[in-house]
Amino acid sequence: MPLLDVRNLSCSYGSEKVLRDVSLSADRGEVVSLIGPSGSGKSTFLRALVGLEIPESGTVTLDGTVVDYTQRRSVRELRSRLAIVFQQYNLFQNMTVLDNVTIAPVRIQRRPRAAVDALAKELLGRVGMGDKLDAYPSDLSGGQQQRVAIARALALEPEILLLDEVTSALDPERVNEVLDTIRRLTGEGITMLLVSHEMAFVREVSTRVVMMDGGYVVESGPPQQIFEAPTQGRTQDFVSKILKH
Amino acid sequence: MNYSFEFGEVLAELPYLLGGAAVTLQIVFVAFFGGAVLGLFGALGKVYGPRPLQRGINAYVVFVTNTPALVQIFVLYYALPDAGILLESLTAVVLALTLNSAAYLTEIIRAGVVSVRQTEIDAALTLNMGRLQILRHVLLPHIARTVFPPLSNFFIWLMLGSSIAALFGVEELTGRAINISTANLRTIETFLIVAVIYVALTLLASAALAFLGRRVFGIRERLV
Amino acid sequence: MWERVWFEAPSFFTYHNAIFFLEAAGRTLAMTAAGCISGFIFGLLLALARQTRGPWLLPLRLLAVGYVELFRRIPFLVIVFIVLYAIQPVFPDASLFVIATIAVCLVATAFLSEIVRAGLESVPQQQIDGAVTLNFGPLRTLWYVVLPQSWRVILPPAVAFAVMFIKDTSLASHIGVIELTFSGKMFLNRGFSPLLGFGTVLLLYFAMSYPLSRLGSYLEMRLAPARRS
Repeated sequence: MPLLDVRNLSCSYGSEKVLRDVSLSADRGEVVSLIGPSGSGKSTFLRALVGLEIPESGTVTLDGTVVDYTQRRSVRELRSRLAIVFQQYNLFQNMTVLDNVTIAPVRIQRRPRAAVDALAKELLGRVGMGDKLDAYPSDLSGGQQQRVAIARALALEPEILLLDEVTSALDPERVNEVLDTIRRLTGEGITMLLVSHEMAFVREVSTRVVMMDGGYVVESGPPQQIFEAPTQGRTQDFVSKILKH
Repeated sequence: MNYSFEFGEVLAELPYLLGGAAVTLQIVFVAFFGGAVLGLFGALGKVYGPRPLQRGINAYVVFVTNTPALVQIFVLYYALPDAGILLESLTAVVLALTLNSAAYLTEIIRAGVVSVRQTEIDAALTLNMGRLQILRHVLLPHIARTVFPPLSNFFIWLMLGSSIAALFGVEELTGRAINISTANLRTIETFLIVAVIYVALTLLASAALAFLGRRVFGIRERLV
Repeated sequence: MWERVWFEAPSFFTYHNAIFFLEAAGRTLAMTAAGCISGFIFGLLLALARQTRGPWLLPLRLLAVGYVELFRRIPFLVIVFIVLYAIQPVFPDASLFVIATIAVCLVATAFLSEIVRAGLESVPQQQIDGAVTLNFGPLRTLWYVVLPQSWRVILPPAVAFAVMFIKDTSLASHIGVIELTFSGKMFLNRGFSPLLGFGTVLLLYFAMSYPLSRLGSYLEMRLAPARRS
């Protein structure tokens, strides 16, 4: 049984359908990457998964339990097992780096402060931010903020980590520091859903790649298949255009 | 609570109240435009005038905007006779409201004046424009555009503030409400209806000002 | 005019009168503070009511919008009259001070609600998304994320509003609250020079209002550009 199983998920902004019958599943420890042109629905899929957009139809099953997005309790249960990192980092501007990482485990998950503090410092050390505990987000570069955001997500001890174009807003020279951080995480066996335009990186770390366009899943398969022998014309177009750069 | 509302007697006086609303509008127009003219000169003096003038204008603005209009009227109304000047209550109220508005409007217009870029003035100077021409063709249009929204808000604020004229026996909207309620003893009903008239009056004024702003100045901002 | 002021000054500036004026000024401040603080709390609730979603809460939103639009379009003096004549028949023992303070609160609620709303809306949606996905409920999101980031936008205009109300409470003198303006009238009735009585009143208002308006402009300068984005 897959850890996460999404069946026929659909979602609209007003009258515009942005997700059409998207199905996708991830086993424990898998790294599933979503690729596709801008506006193909990849980010919306992640946002819908955590309940930031309301799905119109379809089912999401997490570890055998179907999520009911109309029930607050069900969504809370889901969110306590997922963590999402945003393109724009979304760090709380009014809190220090350390507080950003500890607030949810302490205030929401009610874990003991001392243990959370120790874990947060360890995680921040692992992403190379151990010397910035008392800095505010506005004092940090985009790459630094994004690494803090990853530490904040990991501090929740999620079963699945969602990464939404985490390097798109960064200066080119900052991209690698964040990718290195994620690369190390993939070695630790955490399940990930990754939306990214960094094709070389996707190809390197993914166990499976899902190609999306116009709200549909065009095709999915192991990275070798998608990048070397895509079966669909649109995947071929997209991959060849991207790889030419 | 067995009080039963009785609006009939008050509604019979509606024409009288609406006449009061007209007086309110007259007071507001005089005080606003008088205050705006004084405020324009005040703003220009505060920005371009010699230092002592700047100081003087600033002191006036700070003092007037930090004290209640009601007490300012009291001073004009009660203290001037001591100096041999007798003012009718309407004159005293309108004069005081004008001088009071002048202070607020000086600040509003000053913000518009300082938003004029020196390059625009330099351009006008190279065209050999005189001081008055620069004022008329360069400064005023620019100032009008930037200060229109706060000016509109002040106009509405003045409509509400002008009700203090009633306390000096001026028969504007609130004054006539006091007159009616002392006669028919339907105080609550009277003031509720007057409140509705004020709401309608300010809504009309807001709409007219928004229309004016769009038509004349091309401003698409939502006004209070 | 000035001779009269000079002549009456010794009998005017007595210890007893000074205490009287200070107590009156204290009542002016108390009315403003009580009205504005309670108005801030109600205004916050109204602003939050306007942020609710869902069709079944539409009446609540309409009520909030209607309240704000109405009470910003009625003169304070008229509201004072309405509150006075609405409360006195029901609670004959209600003090005039309480009645005036309720009137301040009613108006302050409308104005401060708009100020608070602008502050809440200044917090970017990403901050709220971040909190929501960390499983913050609406109250925790408000308390830990939205309010700490919006007070910079709320505080300067809120202080400016309080300054406005120090002045507007002078209208409460008309219904007989013994605040600062009323004390000026009392000295006029006791036969003192109007310039002496009301001049003192003006100076005392200035002494209360000026520091607060300076604080307002200081906060505006200090907080506005420092907004972390």
